[in-house]
Amino acid sequence: MTGDATAAIETRGLTKRFGSHAAVSGIDVTVPRGAVFGFLGPNGSGKTTTIRMMLGLAAPTSGTIRVLGHDMPRELHSVLPRVGALVEGPGFYPYLSGAANLRRLDTADRFAPSATRRARVERALERVGLTHAARKKVHAYSLGMKQRLGIANALLTPRELLVLDEPTNGLDPQGTREVRNLIRSLAAEGTTIFVSSHLLAEVEQVCTHAAIMSAGELVAQGTLDELRGVGRSELRLLTPDAGLAIHVLGSFGLSAETTDAADGSALVTATLLGQTAEPDALVAALVGGGVRVRGFSIERPSLEDRFVALTGEGFDVVQ
Amino acid sequence: MSSDAVSEVASSVSRGRPSVGWALLGSEISVLFRRRRTWAMLAVLALVPILIAIAVRVTRSTPNGGRGPAFLDQVTQNGLFVGVVGVLISIPLFLPLTVGVVAGDSIAGEASAGTLRYLLIAPVGRVRLLIVKYLAAAVFCLAATLAVVVAGTLIGIALFPVGPATLLSGDVIGVPETLIRSLLVSVYVTISLLGLSAIGLFISTLTDVPVGAMAATIVLSVVSQVLDSIPQLDWLHPWLFTHYWLGVGDLLRQPISWDSFGSNSVLQAAYIVLFGALAYGRFSTKDVLS
Ligand SMILES: Nc1ncnc2c1ncn2[C@@H]1O[C@H](COP(=O)(O)OP(=O)(O)OP(=O)(O)O)[C@@H](O)[C@H]1O
Ligand SMILES: [Mg+2]
Repeated sequence: MTGDATAAIETRGLTKRFGSHAAVSGIDVTVPRGAVFGFLGPNGSGKTTTIRMMLGLAAPTSGTIRVLGHDMPRELHSVLPRVGALVEGPGFYPYLSGAANLRRLDTADRFAPSATRRARVERALERVGLTHAARKKVHAYSLGMKQRLGIANALLTPRELLVLDEPTNGLDPQGTREVRNLIRSLAAEGTTIFVSSHLLAEVEQVCTHAAIMSAGELVAQGTLDELRGVGRSELRLLTPDAGLAIHVLGSFGLSAETTDAADGSALVTATLLGQTAEPDALVAALVGGGVRVRGFSIERPSLEDRFVALTGEGFDVVQ
Repeated sequence: MSSDAVSEVASSVSRGRPSVGWALLGSEISVLFRRRRTWAMLAVLALVPILIAIAVRVTRSTPNGGRGPAFLDQVTQNGLFVGVVGVLISIPLFLPLTVGVVAGDSIAGEASAGTLRYLLIAPVGRVRLLIVKYLAAAVFCLAATLAVVVAGTLIGIALFPVGPATLLSGDVIGVPETLIRSLLVSVYVTISLLGLSAIGLFISTLTDVPVGAMAATIVLSVVSQVLDSIPQLDWLHPWLFTHYWLGVGDLLRQPISWDSFGSNSVLQAAYIVLFGALAYGRFSTKDVLS
């Protein structure tokens, strides 16, 4: 096996054009081995297109991709047996049962031993909770069941890398939880996981790293803490004595802003950069300064705030 | 994550030599024959000689269709050739229709079902997939031809007398020889359909819409036959993949004339090479975005 020193996925200047429209323009993504990497972006931002290029389904217009230390798509045959993937939703033969579908796709992999095929299919179905529906034809599956079958297909053989494009699409809350647990347990076994999603809460719960795409460009990438912006947190104070509060906070070097809130109170907010002061010291100073404190909180920005800040508020799909 | 876990995954993933991959061909053929559509088409094909036999039997007439099976009238004296008559009547339309469906569906059907991307990332290997798809289509050509010949022979035995048969050359052959000739005809017709299968496979790599690929393949087989019947284009005729389709008669003479069998095989092989290469050229670099 190639050294663990290399990244699981590394793209350089990766670009894909459809006609004149660049679906992906010059992105440099680095996914460290062992990471659970969230690939975020609004609809149409180029996530699936990037994944297709990583898996050798589509050729890049320019740029390079290395997966598990090998060039893609040139060394596809030695890379892909070690990669499990779910791309743009599941795809199955509706007239075959779930188990027959998995066996069929497993025969396509020349490295997958046929002696253990049945056992591996059963095991994969069990992992996604489909054992009871294994003999049912896929056309009788619900959306979530098909999605689970798609994940089972990615788990047919032990993988070093899993690429999951919106794995929880169509799943019920239990299914979503199970997928999260599955990702955690696979990551604990040492599998690198690259998961695209626009469900930020989800990414926040399972990922160690993330990248954010917007209109084909990579706008941020790093560990989750780096992305949220460590040390950048916000103080929120609810008080009727806004003027006094601003004065007290000013003595700590904080510049505060006021907005009106209900019940004659005002909401005073200030950005805490680095470790200016401990929150308890701030509250003590405020109370000591005669400020009536009705509410006080320190909020770290969520990934969602960061996401919206980077990709814009608008609902329209950016082209 | 413990480094133990990493090396465990790594060792279970480090693989031995790949298998040759016959499993995929087996899977392809079993998937083909597990589809209800395949059996429906074979059933319709089997119905062709059955309907002919019943019609001849009921009316006791000797329809001498312009289609050329001059020995159709023989059927009332000898049931063994009903299969051959059936296949002659099926060659212009029914057989190309079903072969067009299977070959046209081969890649486009996988693309529209979304299974193509999963086969490719398995990874199946694009060339290997083309070869397996083509072999499965060829197996279907044989199955389709046999459906007609076997059903025809059986219904012939059931409805008509069985005995020595008179060939186109006037010679008389016995029952075993007659059955061997029927099998030879099946082989000839199967080979005749191989070029069309290659065309269908190529068209199938051009689109993600299986119905379009099927229709285009079937239309081409009709166009080729029409061109073959225009005398002004006789320079073109030897190059048309349908040119020898009705040359089965050569196998029903004494002694057997192998000329059209040979020319037909060479022509079909040329079509396989040409359209196989085109399919490879198109599919090996195609972006799979379905
Ligand atoms: N086959 C195609 N032909 C032309 N343009 C395409 C094609 N596929 C995708 N695109 C374009 O590429 C861009 C990125 O699409 P992509 O599917 O990668 O987005 P995505 O980030 O996966 O979105 P979603 O969250 O909706 O799945 C879009 O603007 C889309 O219109
Ligand atoms: Mg997508």
